[in-house]
Amino acid sequence: MSATTEIKKAVVILFAGDSGDGIQLTGSQFTSTAALYGNDISTFPNFPAEIRAPQGTIAGVSGFQLHFGSEEIFTAGDACDVLVVMNAAALKANIKQLKAGGLIIANTDGFDPKNLKLAKYPDGVNPLKDNSLEKFIVHEIDVTKITRTALADSGLGTKEMDRSKNMFVLGYIYWMYNRSLDNSIEFLKEQFKKRPELIDANVKVLKAGYNYGDTVETPMNRYEVKPAPVSKGTYRSIMGNQAAAMGLIAASQKAGLTLYYGTYPITPASDILHELSKHKNFGVKTFQAEDEIAAITSAIGASFGGSLGVTASSGPGIALKGEAIGLALMLEIPLVIVNVQRGGPSTGLPTKTEQSDLLQAMYGRNGESPVPIVASYTPSDCFFGAFEACRLAIEFMTPVFFLSDGYIANGSEPWKFPTSAELPELKVAFAKNELKEGEVFLPYKRNEKLARPWAIPGTTGLEHRVGGIEKENETGNISYDPENHELMVKIRQAKVDKIADYIPLQTIDNGKEKGKLLVLGWGSTYGSIKTAVREAIAEGHDVAHAHVKYLNPFPKNLGEILKSYDKVLIPELNNGQLIKIIRDKYFIDAKGLNKIQGMPFTSEELLVKIKSLLVTDNE
Amino acid sequence: MPMEALKPLSPKDFVTDQEVRWCPGCGDYSILKQVQTVMPELGIPREQIVFISGIGCSSRFPYYMETFGMHSIHGRATAIASGLKATRPDLSVWIVTGDGDALSIGGNHLIHLLRRNFNVNVLLFNNEIYGLTKGQYSPASPLGTVAKSTPMGSVDHPFNPLALCLGADSTFVARSMDRDPVHLREILKRANGHKGTSMVEIYQNCNVFNDGAFEVFTEKGTKKINTLMVEHGKPFVFGENADKGIKLDGFKPVVVNLADTSANDLWIHDEKDQVKANILVRFFNTPSDENPLPRPFGVFYTEDRFCYEDAMAAQITQAIESKGQGDLDALIRGKNTWTI
Repeated sequence: MSATTEIKKAVVILFAGDSGDGIQLTGSQFTSTAALYGNDISTFPNFPAEIRAPQGTIAGVSGFQLHFGSEEIFTAGDACDVLVVMNAAALKANIKQLKAGGLIIANTDGFDPKNLKLAKYPDGVNPLKDNSLEKFIVHEIDVTKITRTALADSGLGTKEMDRSKNMFVLGYIYWMYNRSLDNSIEFLKEQFKKRPELIDANVKVLKAGYNYGDTVETPMNRYEVKPAPVSKGTYRSIMGNQAAAMGLIAASQKAGLTLYYGTYPITPASDILHELSKHKNFGVKTFQAEDEIAAITSAIGASFGGSLGVTASSGPGIALKGEAIGLALMLEIPLVIVNVQRGGPSTGLPTKTEQSDLLQAMYGRNGESPVPIVASYTPSDCFFGAFEACRLAIEFMTPVFFLSDGYIANGSEPWKFPTSAELPELKVAFAKNELKEGEVFLPYKRNEKLARPWAIPGTTGLEHRVGGIEKENETGNISYDPENHELMVKIRQAKVDKIADYIPLQTIDNGKEKGKLLVLGWGSTYGSIKTAVREAIAEGHDVAHAHVKYLNPFPKNLGEILKSYDKVLIPELNNGQLIKIIRDKYFIDAKGLNKIQGMPFTSEELLVKIKSLLVTDNE
Repeated sequence: MPMEALKPLSPKDFVTDQEVRWCPGCGDYSILKQVQTVMPELGIPREQIVFISGIGCSSRFPYYMETFGMHSIHGRATAIASGLKATRPDLSVWIVTGDGDALSIGGNHLIHLLRRNFNVNVLLFNNEIYGLTKGQYSPASPLGTVAKSTPMGSVDHPFNPLALCLGADSTFVARSMDRDPVHLREILKRANGHKGTSMVEIYQNCNVFNDGAFEVFTEKGTKKINTLMVEHGKPFVFGENADKGIKLDGFKPVVVNLADTSANDLWIHDEKDQVKANILVRFFNTPSDENPLPRPFGVFYTEDRFCYEDAMAAQITQAIESKGQGDLDALIRGKNTWTI
């Protein structure tokens, strides 16, 4: 054995293979082991829209990128240091992601003539043999063969043996980064508790991968990535959709309401349903409706009855819910609409990320129909974002949008989680019958927040009717009176505007409070912007970063902040949406940076733009 | 508690201060009256009752009922009621809908409501026309209906609404009419008594856009010949002088004269017989057809089947029993943590 150990600050590994190769599992296992070790970490799973796209083809390549380090990590990394490829297609699809001098670990069995053909390499060309990879270090391992040898006595069939290939790779990477196998062994025991023979097989292959590193007679380095100096406390690993589900449960518990979740399966929002349906012991009622419209309208029915009604979808489903969102707005009852955004329009790019539904959330309904919007910016923030959306919905008796997207929904990071006691109480006061003799109940009489009473069925004496037709101020009776309609439109707008008094002021995430350039972001671009701005500041540039979480209404001081900088850059994963709202509201000449490729920004892309804006400034 | 709260309710207690705005002569008036009359007899506190409607003439109904109510959006009352009942099984939930609202734009929600069997009541006001939009044909309009949008006659084959409902495994299927208050009240009470989704189709005359659509079934001169009032355990007898009956020839219903048929051979109505109910809902002739069968009214089919909301609640109870009441801190913490 001739391995030497080198210390690294941060490493990006990209696992890639066929969508049936267990890539996501391999990636998430390494993630949780690295997190348990104390590294800071950020991940980006990237998988095809088809469940089993044609085997061996580029379309079928599934990827899991993870970035871990002994320093703070904000993104899954622009380019990778290590590329693990289970077949030729995985190499072809991802080679451009690998840094010069990076390491390729290639499963040679995936480079046989059949796989090379499926990956559309020309006849007779094998990238492992033709020196095309000479800028990189290549480790060729016949993973399939070694796995089968290790399991020769297991009694398993070839197909079942081959399913453990990913464990070999995982074990090998564990060896390379000096990691313990314990966490994954525990996981395998739990995962296959009904099939002990598979526990034995997978553990055996995992160990074989680790031992391979120890025994193989080629000089190979091992690396050490020390724990990150993150703030003291207890952490867990969290994915965005999981965090959103927990945030909803937390809000319902804090408010003392039944959580009702009406939804229809759609990528990438379905995991929230899967998560919530596991927690029925919190009284959570999940309803898989017949369509998107029933999903939201049933949630409206639940809210009308005094539950916390929530619906979720992604862009196409939100489009179907539009009319019902208008109804909730007219009824003025609490409702949270979760949109885990994906590439659009229409079916678009179901498994890829995009931020292109902001204008839909803001304006996508008939009539004057303002809806508050909260957008989360990291996986763990989805917990607080979902919680806040519930708070606003309950306190202001209004539908509220909670925006997430595919990148943070499926991405994960370590989370120094709060205790329940640290979460704010959500006060819910259903209307009581305090009417005096001869007095009638006024369902649209408002409090200081302009919220109307939540008078639920079962309350004697408060029987009343609500509906989607314009209603008379205070009484809620049908009214077609022209002045009344204008008044009601203005009141509904004023109510949403009033929320600005009850949300935190905008803060500067990084940089000075006045200066040459402000990078204003929202949603999942947080990590890339944070990394780019940090680097720019370290290089001496006058740039700051603010990230907006409340998009309707904006925090009260946002205009003031925007005017404290010579220039404002708004990077978005869309064709320019927040920038339209900002320009409209604050009359500033903000510059956009737009990427619409279903992929997050690299921090390099942002850094280049930041510098170019600062350079023109100097001219 | 004030003494008056203990007084039994009267129909007047279910009347709101809102002016009723249906066209004069509309069948909806009678239905409203019967519902308001029946309500006090059900023994349900007024605040426990919720009327939910979609869009259409009939959907104005909740505004006229002094209960909790929601006039929602087109076709969705069934879905809204599902969410309400799922979370508030204690409430008495009534859906008011029309043939356009329930069968066209809301068709999907209707069939799913029925298969899930929420314990709610559906009052489908069928007038075979779009009234509120001023006279287009509906999915229940007979083939060839000449209406505003079909000057040459409709070319859509219509739904048989109750056959559709039975096809969706409805557990209570009944038909009544606006012009027979006694019958309608009886059916409303039966619907309320059934645990599960009670589907009541009510023939309702739109005297402005489709006047007389059902008159052969509802008017004195023709009613007895063209209708069959079914009752559980009773033979199928109809006709001017109750002189005709229906018997089954294999699976084929045939009209017979009682004079030359033994009463023992007649079809005896059994509300629990799903096979026969499927034949009965297919009695869909009009008098001009060859050998027409009379149009049946009454409760065609009832079935005891678990309700969605009960099964949903049972899973929650089961989850709490096996895992204990949810602990928020344990949830947030998860299984794997590390401390720095």
